[in-house]
Amino acid sequence: MTTIDNGVNVQALLEAREVLAGAPEAAQFTWKASSKWTNGVHSETTIQNFFGLGEERSHKTEAVFDADHPEVFAAPDNGITPIEYLLVGLAGCLTAGVASVAQNRGIQLRSVESTVEGNHDIRGILGADSDVRNGFNDIKVTFKIDADASKQDIEALVAQSQKRSAVFDALTNPTEVSVEVA
Amino acid sequence: MLERGEVGNSWRHERWDSLRLLTPNWQSRLPGLAYDGPDPDEYMAAEEVAGLITRFAAKAPVRAGTNVTSVRRDGDDYHVVTNQSEIRSRAVVIASGACNAPAVPTVASALPPDVEQVTAFDYRNPGQLPDGGVLVVGASATGVQLAAELSESGRSVMLSVGEHVRLPRTYRGRDVLWWMDASGVWDQRYDELDDLHRARRLPSPQLVGTRDRATLDLNALTAMGVELVGRWAAVRDGRALFSGGLRNVCSLADLKMERLLDTFDEWAGTGNDAPGRLPSTEVPRSTRLELDLRRGEIRSVLWATGYQADYRWLDVPVVDAKGNLSHNGGVVVDSPGLYALCLPVLRRRKSTFICGIEDDARDVIDHLSTYLAGESRAPDYALAHD
Repeated sequence: MTTIDNGVNVQALLEAREVLAGAPEAAQFTWKASSKWTNGVHSETTIQNFFGLGEERSHKTEAVFDADHPEVFAAPDNGITPIEYLLVGLAGCLTAGVASVAQNRGIQLRSVESTVEGNHDIRGILGADSDVRNGFNDIKVTFKIDADASKQDIEALVAQSQKRSAVFDALTNPTEVSVEVA
Repeated sequence: MLERGEVGNSWRHERWDSLRLLTPNWQSRLPGLAYDGPDPDEYMAAEEVAGLITRFAAKAPVRAGTNVTSVRRDGDDYHVVTNQSEIRSRAVVIASGACNAPAVPTVASALPPDVEQVTAFDYRNPGQLPDGGVLVVGASATGVQLAAELSESGRSVMLSVGEHVRLPRTYRGRDVLWWMDASGVWDQRYDELDDLHRARRLPSPQLVGTRDRATLDLNALTAMGVELVGRWAAVRDGRALFSGGLRNVCSLADLKMERLLDTFDEWAGTGNDAPGRLPSTEVPRSTRLELDLRRGEIRSVLWATGYQADYRWLDVPVVDAKGNLSHNGGVVVDSPGLYALCLPVLRRRKSTFICGIEDDARDVIDHLSTYLAGESRAPDYALAHD
């Protein structure tokens, strides 16, 4: 049997699952972002620190994200639109899930590509029609996967990836969001 | 044997009127009591099940009308208190099952008061619900059966669907539960499963026992006019919010069904011609994500969200934080002399089916008699099996 290597340390994840099942308090993570208005509708958000496994932790380097709007929104387009970051999150999460599940199921991946399309009726955010919601109407993800597996097994990878995806859940289920002024 | 009510009590008093077993009659057998009636391929009504159990119980020392209110340890023995008397016993077998009370999600407490709520435990027939639309929550056997019954009664029905198990009623001309039995799936042992926790939590499959052996899956319900929505996630400002992930739970169920049927084919050596495979579940292009519960579209909610065991009478610390009995194949390891039967995948996949009790009971009773004989407990609790 050839060794499957998608670069995912599934063993570590399985061990973490085992340990955290009996230690729910250690499983509590807080992800954090800090944002600063630049000018216009341009802002800069940095991410470095998070809390997890009982203590403050940080990424190896700080990551900076510019959010702005394209010129059709009469903005200078210094960065992607905030709602596009949701597509980044969804694609990143589902792809990570595909790789992890494939590793766990012994499926060697050769390539995983996806396109994520979020359909958005901007009459909502413009206040042009109060019956139109602000967020996406719907999101369509299309995976193209080359792997040593049947079509059915690949479909099962993608389905299982959605089942265990943080971002898929965050987008498909409501979340309590509180916004305060400090 | 202590029975809180009459023999077959839950079949007589805690199930809806139209309920029929998921297993065909020929499978609804107890040791020494095989089905000998005229319709082996049909399905028993609840009352007939109660009759079957009553016939079987004629040979058993049953004390009916005896409700156990407490079981606690007393030295190496157990002290059992009932509404009739107190009993001292060297061993106790808990056979009260996993379906003593309805399990209702917390979202229920957030519903506006003018929406009537009924659980599948208390539901008897459509006439019991107020006129108007019904939201059935849960798409296991119970949920799909009740959604169909309510839809046939002329009501507008919405069905909230989470993860579920899809099965065709028949495959290659045989009842799908014949395949589960014959191919050995039902005999898969609890200590050989990849994910026992998951197997024990699996909802009952979308099946119904009708004379025409029809499949009752989500496509069948859609064809009847039932509206599918995603898992019920929350209530906010009087509006029910449903998950947008319905398509994926349907894909998961479709894929799992295909894999199961593949294993049947492999076992039967029939090749992969895949006759009569069901089409994929049709999910509407866009499902409703929210519903205003105050608008009167839905007048009642029927919770078909499963059942739970009730161990409030068990004064032995062997119930985990989620309310499940901690046991290894029916042996309550932390409390010698305490045993369980009739729990999901207790020792085999078939543990909770009527025909599944015999093998489990033999194994558990073997262990129990060894224990009573005063021999040391089997070291690894790996009970004798064939």
